Amino acid sequence: MMNNAAQTNSYSDIDPDLWQRGVVDTVANLKKKRGALLPILHAVQDEIGYIPPAAIDYIGKALNQTAAEIYGVVSFYHQFHTSPGGAHQVEICRAEACQAMGSRALEAHAKDSLGIDYHQSTSDREIRLEPVYCLGNCACAPSVRIDDKIYARVTPERFDRLVESVRTKSVEVK
Amino acid sequence: MVKVYVPQDTTSKALGADEIAFAIESYAAQQGIGIELVRNGSRGMFWLETLVEVETDAGRVAFGPVMPEDVDGLLAAGLLHGNEQHALFLGLTESIPYLAKQQRFSFARAGMDDPLSLDYYTANGGFEGLTKALAMNGQAIVDEVKNSGLRGRGGAAFPTGIKWQTVHDAPADEGETKYIVCNADEGDSGTFADRLAMEADPYQLIEGMVIAGLAVGAECGFIYLRSEYPEAHRILNDAIARAERAGYLGDNILQSGRRFVLEVRLAAKAYICGEETALLESLEGKRGMVRVKPPLPAIKGLWGQPTIVNNVLTFVAVPFILREGASAYADVGYGRSRGTLPFQLAGNIQRGGLVELGFGTTLRELMNDFGGGTFSGRPMRAVQVGGPLGAYLPEAQWDTPLDYESFAAIQGVLGHGGVVVFDDTVDMSEQARFSMEFCVAESCGKCTPCRIGSTRGVEVIDRIRANESRQANIALLEDLCETMVDGSLCAMGGMTPFPVMSALRHFGEDFERGE
Ligand SMILES: Cc1cc2nc3c(=O)[nH]c(=O)nc-3n(C[C@H](O)[C@H](O)[C@H](O)COP(=O)(O)O)c2cc1C
Ligand code: SF4
Ligand code: FES
Repeated sequence: MMNNAAQTNSYSDIDPDLWQRGVVDTVANLKKKRGALLPILHAVQDEIGYIPPAAIDYIGKALNQTAAEIYGVVSFYHQFHTSPGGAHQVEICRAEACQAMGSRALEAHAKDSLGIDYHQSTSDREIRLEPVYCLGNCACAPSVRIDDKIYARVTPERFDRLVESVRTKSVEVK
Repeated sequence: MVKVYVPQDTTSKALGADEIAFAIESYAAQQGIGIELVRNGSRGMFWLETLVEVETDAGRVAFGPVMPEDVDGLLAAGLLHGNEQHALFLGLTESIPYLAKQQRFSFARAGMDDPLSLDYYTANGGFEGLTKALAMNGQAIVDEVKNSGLRGRGGAAFPTGIKWQTVHDAPADEGETKYIVCNADEGDSGTFADRLAMEADPYQLIEGMVIAGLAVGAECGFIYLRSEYPEAHRILNDAIARAERAGYLGDNILQSGRRFVLEVRLAAKAYICGEETALLESLEGKRGMVRVKPPLPAIKGLWGQPTIVNNVLTFVAVPFILREGASAYADVGYGRSRGTLPFQLAGNIQRGGLVELGFGTTLRELMNDFGGGTFSGRPMRAVQVGGPLGAYLPEAQWDTPLDYESFAAIQGVLGHGGVVVFDDTVDMSEQARFSMEFCVAESCGKCTPCRIGSTRGVEVIDRIRANESRQANIALLEDLCETMVDGSLCAMGGMTPFPVMSALRHFGEDFERGE
């Protein structure tokens, strides 16, 4: 993974999957920005749902950095995942204002009802569960984020309904 | 044509504002009533969200809190005619005491109109500060900010004018520019003032940053925005594009020949990246490791160039200061804390929301007069002010005036103005444990006391809670906290002991519940 000597500008050794996945385009569009790495990682994860090893290699080459350096950045931030997970990301706020309104019970309920812990995905590959420390909705806690939507005053019952509605939505799309 | 306002900020949407807006539009279409639906920002009275406002002859009247399931009934009962008889009718919005009693400098426009409306912004004082600044030299702008007494709102309360002076005086390298960086990582739990400022009045932030650029001779700005704020992201990007098209940003600001470009960069879920040097590392595309100071970011900041890093609330105070004059700002306040602070009432509180006030009110007044007691109706027991690194305050300390020095005197921090209320069901040993656990999760790892100490802290608190050699372990926890305070490079490790030790000191009985 860290082999600098293997760096090449030829496209022939790019994982063909990455072409389809738009990583190459993303990198080409963003790499001229100063400090391009985070914008690139966000864009790749938005598209694919995680940062695959092949993308780490490719980004490293494009930015003239080693794959180890890129991996070091990816692993530093809670945002980025290096393995595929559920189609929808469910984040539960663990921070103090939500604690004051029962988020500990909500967390326990969520793990129990989904049958997974944080950083895991349900076996139907629908839901990835992640912690989050504040969504800025602290006046109407507890707070949950599902993909890009935030929900206020989430009770355990409401949590189950929200998760259910996300699951059925994905079925419709398929 | 009836004008109806339904907010579009994160909290309103989280409470169903989109569904409400949709229901109102459908009803009006069905009934053939002509309405103009404005998706305004929130006024920050989150306990009343979704706050639906209707323009009447008497002025804007409010209904709230409206739940999606209330809308049909409300519409049938004459919402669009401002029916005063309805149970959710609140009267004139401006007269709601929660709002009327505030001193809104930075949040005067919040919730008044579509946050992206440039017409509204410019008709209500927007860009007047910028216009004045364009006619001044950099030093005169810096002086104005100095005279206002403004101190950084991100936590450390450092005098803003002095920071700007340093950047003003430091030259950029050949072929490089200085930078203006807005810290919009708002990592403190219980805070949402940055979010509201960005979602409800984004041009004010843009204006503040452009003025900073003019003051110190910087041509490039970044807003480092937490990725937990998707609505703010959308609104800011849109606002920047519109401001550019209208000539408030870009190569030739208002035909002055001055240049300032601005870009939003998304953070990536790391609390430590709110610390200014870790933030700069992150912007440069690296791990968010804290830098050793000196050099100060003001001298060697982003890509080694002189850089202003200020909090969102610091920048948004600046247009007012330029427009109304430094003394209009400095006239309000308490002791060395000048101007206003947007406090944020959160957690277990009846009336949570944003309360912008001059410094000096007591915490108790804020929590009771505005907050109205707990949400649960149970007695209040502990309050954490100033984010996850702030102390837990027992009732005996609630009469402390809300200003930087008074809080420092009780080993508290006002920080970013977050007030998180807990009722009497809280277990303070669990809160102390969480503070250590948060430090484990969020430490950048550079200093041993922070990285290892916090892990040890969790273990020791667990032992105390399990009633294992309690006295010895309490002594150990105290030592550990001291080591963290003394041996940490930044406030992450250096202040985590504040909530821990305050919990132990003031709520010791909770550490004695052990099985
Ligand atoms: C661990 C840690 C987290 C911080 N988080 C934030 C933050 O989220 N937002 C912020 O504005 N300042 C934060 N700060 C303070 C910044 O380091 C810096 O003081 C501030 O951005 C300067 O702006 P100001 O002078 O306008 O307050 C944090 C500091 C530390 C030590
Ligand atoms: S105190 Fe903690 S977060 Fe701060 S620099 Fe040291 S290790 Fe990093
Ligand atoms: S603490 Fe949970 S949303 Fe802020």
